[in-house]
Amino acid sequence: MVIKIGVLELQGGYALHHKLLKKIGLSSLSVKSSNDLKQSDGLIIPGGESTTLSLLMKKYNLRESIIQFAKHNPVLGTCAGLILMSKDVDDARVEPLGLFDLSVSRNAYGSQIHSSKKRIYFQHKQTEQIELYSTFIRAPKIKYFGENIKIVAKRKNFPVAIFTKHLLGLSFHPEIDGIEIFHKMMFDKTSKFYYEN
Amino acid sequence: MSNNNFEIKVGLAEMLKGGVIMDVTNVDQAKIAEDSGACAVMALERIPSDIRKDGGIARMSDPEMILGIQNAVSIPVMAKCRIGHFAEAQVLETLEVDFIDESEVLTPADEHNHVWKHDFKIPFVCGCRNLGEALRRIAEGAAMIRTKGEAGSGNIVEAVRHMRTVMTDIKRVIRLDKEEIVAEAKNIGAPVSLVQQVAKIGKLPVPNFAAGGIATPADASLMMQLGAETVFVGSGIFKSDDPAARAKAVVEATTHYQNSDIVAKASKGLKKAMKGLDMSEIAEEDRLQERGW
Repeated sequence: MVIKIGVLELQGGYALHHKLLKKIGLSSLSVKSSNDLKQSDGLIIPGGESTTLSLLMKKYNLRESIIQFAKHNPVLGTCAGLILMSKDVDDARVEPLGLFDLSVSRNAYGSQIHSSKKRIYFQHKQTEQIELYSTFIRAPKIKYFGENIKIVAKRKNFPVAIFTKHLLGLSFHPEIDGIEIFHKMMFDKTSKFYYEN
Repeated sequence: MSNNNFEIKVGLAEMLKGGVIMDVTNVDQAKIAEDSGACAVMALERIPSDIRKDGGIARMSDPEMILGIQNAVSIPVMAKCRIGHFAEAQVLETLEVDFIDESEVLTPADEHNHVWKHDFKIPFVCGCRNLGEALRRIAEGAAMIRTKGEAGSGNIVEAVRHMRTVMTDIKRVIRLDKEEIVAEAKNIGAPVSLVQQVAKIGKLPVPNFAAGGIATPADASLMMQLGAETVFVGSGIFKSDDPAARAKAVVEATTHYQNSDIVAKASKGLKKAMKGLDMSEIAEEDRLQERGW
């Protein structure tokens, strides 16, 4: 059976995720309703405006379906996606899904003028560290994370990618830079980066 | 690494896809826009239909008004500068707005030249009516392109004309032999390298949004189906009889533009849309789309 990765397509940076999935040989579909989610083997919550996404998720009754889906299926969130996967956000306008034991701060770096490409280090297993440059756009910061959460990538000493069970949250945008590691880690069982628990 | 990076600017435009960007003139309107699911707001003193009615010179908005809106909402805030008025753009950069619209809605400051947008860290959006104009703006550094349409008209016909023209121009370029691309670039007044890029990727190198005359949920769906990746709604929301309901309905129709049941539901029971103008009611010299070179 062909594996199909759903990309949440309410608003935001979904187009580049479809493109990246195609590049690594995976099929994708647009998720705009709970029915779309039923046909997905994994889910990407893209960047975009977390207030907008939070509002639309609620409106289209996707909250509970995503929470249930995330209990057993891989979910990758980038930027606003990370914010929505967290438990606690410093902004009452966003109602996060609480998939991760995590608090985040929205737009922690400031407005667009402070967006930039930054050097980060990805930790592959115990032994290999990979240097990457990725794009941070009006990016969130991880303020606190629970005990069972593993840091997958760091910028300086701050976590920018965190993982637990089958959930991965990134504060940056690998899809803009064409970085494949994180998508392979979550969805490509043939890749050496594929997660193991 | 330099912050002044084209990819980062285009990155923000990517994050706005599938959404609605709304013109707002005060904090209350900005909050209505945010609460209804807008993915960004455009802060300006007068919406296009009022600029059209009032006449006179339309300039960059008062920074105080822009700052008030930035403080009131958490979504990106855009603001307009006049065509070629790079000093207004510098002021907007100081305010740290998230996007600058070098807009034909304001009175042009330069009748020959646009702003050299690569000099700025803030991304720019510019209007176009065809592929040549779009690629000239991208050459100058625009990170997002929108159709001009006819702002403040409440009439979708010009936005449709411009989107159709851009798409037809792209289809033609895709079919050309590589030798013919040079002649095409000359004909449409665009850099050869950008025409080559369009031929290769089959679309504009930056996100392509729709603006100018969108007034109803079905207008938004139409523009998305014609190939727009997001819609700007200017006068259409706050010149209607129930802005909050209409704003929500346009957002819904944009997200679900391919689902006519949802667009139909969103269109139900909205109070009156803005009145709008037939193109024959707007003299050629009053058409905002003619501004820009």
